Amino acid sequence: MRGFVLTGFLAAFALLLPACSPAGPKFNGIDVTGASFGRDFRLTDPDGRERTLSEFRGRYVMLFFGYIHCPDVCPTSLARAAEVRKALGAEGKRLQVIFVTVDPERDTPQLMRAYTEAFDPSFLGLRSDPEGTRKVAEEFRTFYQKAQGQGTYTVDHSAFTYVYDDQSRLRLMLRYDQSAEQCLADLRALMRAGA
Amino acid sequence: MKNLLFGIALMLAAAPGAFAQVSVKEPWVRATVPAQPVSGAYMLLTAARNARLVQVRSPVAGTAEIHESILVDNIMKMRAVAAVDLPAGRAVELKPGGYHVMLLDLKRQLKAGETVPITLVFEGPDRKRTSLEVMAPVRPIAGMPAGDHSHK
Repeated sequence: MRGFVLTGFLAAFALLLPACSPAGPKFNGIDVTGASFGRDFRLTDPDGRERTLSEFRGRYVMLFFGYIHCPDVCPTSLARAAEVRKALGAEGKRLQVIFVTVDPERDTPQLMRAYTEAFDPSFLGLRSDPEGTRKVAEEFRTFYQKAQGQGTYTVDHSAFTYVYDDQSRLRLMLRYDQSAEQCLADLRALMRAGA
Repeated sequence: MKNLLFGIALMLAAAPGAFAQVSVKEPWVRATVPAQPVSGAYMLLTAARNARLVQVRSPVAGTAEIHESILVDNIMKMRAVAAVDLPAGRAVELKPGGYHVMLLDLKRQLKAGETVPITLVFEGPDRKRTSLEVMAPVRPIAGMPAGDHSHK
């Protein structure tokens, strides 16, 4: 249900924004500059340290939600992010990719570390307890819900990637079906435009 | 290499006899990291006559299921499905973001470069079942096959 609210909200944004900022760069993703959600998080890294979005000020951030028991779609998003970072060349150092699990019961810190590092050693996997996960999802207006299968469960979840500028401001939402090239073009446009 | 695997799959497919020659092209499995209990397997299936893929199994997995990922309003869902229809002569792709073989309760880490056997069970319109073993190479976890690899 929340997912539909978010989708409606984003659609409204997409309609409004081009009119407000005719001079801004054109993006493949949805321009959500000025959004009042996804402002910060309080999550734990695999070393058990608390991390917040604001500590990444000075760097661009691509953040998305997923879970490791999703062997199909989530690796595709991670691989896309790795491709984008690599294609940015030297500029890639200014990009931090963050994977937040929506399945903290099964995605242990050790597994999160091994998993994100397999795509790019610089990637960061963050988690919380179920209550903290719920709060972060609420702040990010992202949807997730367990779906029981036979013996195991899957987690339905929003497939947007949140992109932040170097001032830790949410700027773009990349759709799942955007190609690596389109994501790369968006990151480059954002970096060119500066803060 | 791919052609060789295709050849093996064809031979095995032909072996059970008259029914259900299903060709399997480019099977692959995504590598896992240590302690990761799940992975996905992908391939391109073409049945000579109408058939359905009804069951999957692999010795590396405690359980294997046929799954489908669906994107609805940018929400990704993944569900087990009973079967995948294989209309005669039409290539059906099992690919990331669509149908896939879900390998659950993996018994060990799957490393890029090794090969994993996967048994596919097909059912014809007469309900007769045949099985076919394919050898699927393991591709790197960050392999980017998603970059639309469309086979007509």
